[in-house]
Amino acid sequence: MLTLSQVNAGYGDFQALFDVSLDVRSGEAVAVIGPNGAGKSTLMRVISGMIPAFGGSITMQDVSVLDTPAHQIVGMGIAHVPENRRLFARMTVEDNLRMGCFSPQFRDRYTERLEFVYQLFPRMRERRDQMAGTMSGGEQQMCAIGRALMSDPKILIMDEPSAGLAPVIVQQVFELIERIRGEGLTVLIVEQNVKQVLKVVDRAYILEAGTIRMEGTATELLESADIQKAFMGM
Amino acid sequence: MAEFTDALFSIFFVETLINGLLLGGVLALLSLGLNLVFGVVDVVWICYAEIIMLGMYTIYFLHVDAGIPVIIAAGCGIAVTTILGLLVHRIVIHYLLDAAPINQLLATGGLLFFLQGSAMVAFGIEFRNLGVSLGSLIVSEDIYLSWTRILCFVLAAGSVGVLYVFLSRSYLGAAIRAISQDREIMPLMGVDTKKLYLLTSAIGGALAGLAAALLALQYDVHPFIGLSFGPITFMICVMGGLGNMVGGFLAAFIFSELITIGGYFADLEWGYVLAFVVFIATMFVRPEGLFARKS
Ligand SMILES: Nc1ncnc2c1ncn2[C@@H]1O[C@H](COP(=O)(O)OP(=O)(O)OP(=O)(O)O)[C@@H](O)[C@H]1O
Ligand SMILES: [Mg+2]
Repeated sequence: MLTLSQVNAGYGDFQALFDVSLDVRSGEAVAVIGPNGAGKSTLMRVISGMIPAFGGSITMQDVSVLDTPAHQIVGMGIAHVPENRRLFARMTVEDNLRMGCFSPQFRDRYTERLEFVYQLFPRMRERRDQMAGTMSGGEQQMCAIGRALMSDPKILIMDEPSAGLAPVIVQQVFELIERIRGEGLTVLIVEQNVKQVLKVVDRAYILEAGTIRMEGTATELLESADIQKAFMGM
Repeated sequence: MAEFTDALFSIFFVETLINGLLLGGVLALLSLGLNLVFGVVDVVWICYAEIIMLGMYTIYFLHVDAGIPVIIAAGCGIAVTTILGLLVHRIVIHYLLDAAPINQLLATGGLLFFLQGSAMVAFGIEFRNLGVSLGSLIVSEDIYLSWTRILCFVLAAGSVGVLYVFLSRSYLGAAIRAISQDREIMPLMGVDTKKLYLLTSAIGGALAGLAAALLALQYDVHPFIGLSFGPITFMICVMGGLGNMVGGFLAAFIFSELITIGGYFADLEWGYVLAFVVFIATMFVRPEGLFARKS
């Protein structure tokens, strides 16, 4: 569904990704894990057009993503839940959700999608008129994911959805990801909670210093001695 | 003291308050476009009043020299300032979006002198009067209210109302509120930030044109007219909390009442002095403006 091949990207003169290739098949959940500064967020940003690539190719269902203007990428079915949630803090929850439906082609399905998100997160319905910035971290994460789901994407890419949350809430976030998968959505997720994320995804890539070091199925990686040593402190 | 209380309960004081309210309408309209552009693009158009000046000239020449009915001339004036708004954004601001704020100020400040100088070269320095007066509403023997000011008030209130509904109800309005909070992620929402900036600049320009039409009915146009109401427009925006349109609207009325009440007890110049003193005092107490949103 989503295929990256030999992608190079960075900021100005600084290169953060070197020849990254990866693919996510329809219906799959794939994780990208790696240490701080490895380039995981950069990878997410280049997929959703927040930053341009230096070279390489990205295709979504055989259509070139790199040749599509950034604001039209969400229309191809790619929704990005950015690092640190990035809600519009001084707007209500419902206005935030509405922004997820901004593209004209999504607007006639607004009510239907809003109902879908409210069913998935009843808490958001209760908080619909609250300013997004005044909610708890867990609620904000729900809102950020809800906002991305408003466009009824084919693939949801999430950048560290569990970051900065209390352990109980982290648990809820992972349950949520399983529920989202249950809806038949394809998922690409960046996570630091390696052990937990490997339980909810099918495959994972290890990114280190801007290059893919390893890839494998979740079970393979969970059992790999290297991974256990590097990421799980065992 | 008795004199003071007499003055306070005089019918003329009521007239003063009403005139303050009406002047507030003009000031509110002036600050509206500037505030909108700042709220969205995050750049202050120092040359905003000069765009209004060019709108006034357009209306003047179309009406007085070409004999076009004043209402159509006003429409053309609005069209011209809308285009000017687009040009200011596309030719200048567009390249400075990520520049340091001081550079943005210098660039739009430079544009102020460019527009002022060009107007002087092209139109000369004489004062030109549109020669249209809407007359006054005679409330009683002693109280006359200018129709132009009443019209200003109604249009300013109407524009704020329309803008408010647009910003709170429509997708584009939501995007305009959102972009001022986080420009970087707008593409993720499917928003073309370039287009949204152009749209905002066009609306800002159109509001300048509307202000131009109403000012042309009350004041002579000349190349330096921007200097007489540009600074006060900025102060109103700052006092209301830059980018906060409702705050700017309220601040316009605080300013105008101070000016007219000061003018009632002393004379108009003292009214301005009073307003500026209150402004400076406000800045000491609340540097981010009276109605600034918490960040
Ligand atoms: N806006 C930016 N400008 C310049 N360099 C950047 C920018 N964002 C990230 N970088 C650099 O790019 C490299 C990769 O950063 P990135 O944010 O992709 O890492 P990450 O894997 O997401 O890290 P973390 O786990 O801490 O979120 C880092 O060296 C970082 O300093
Ligand atoms: Mg990151």
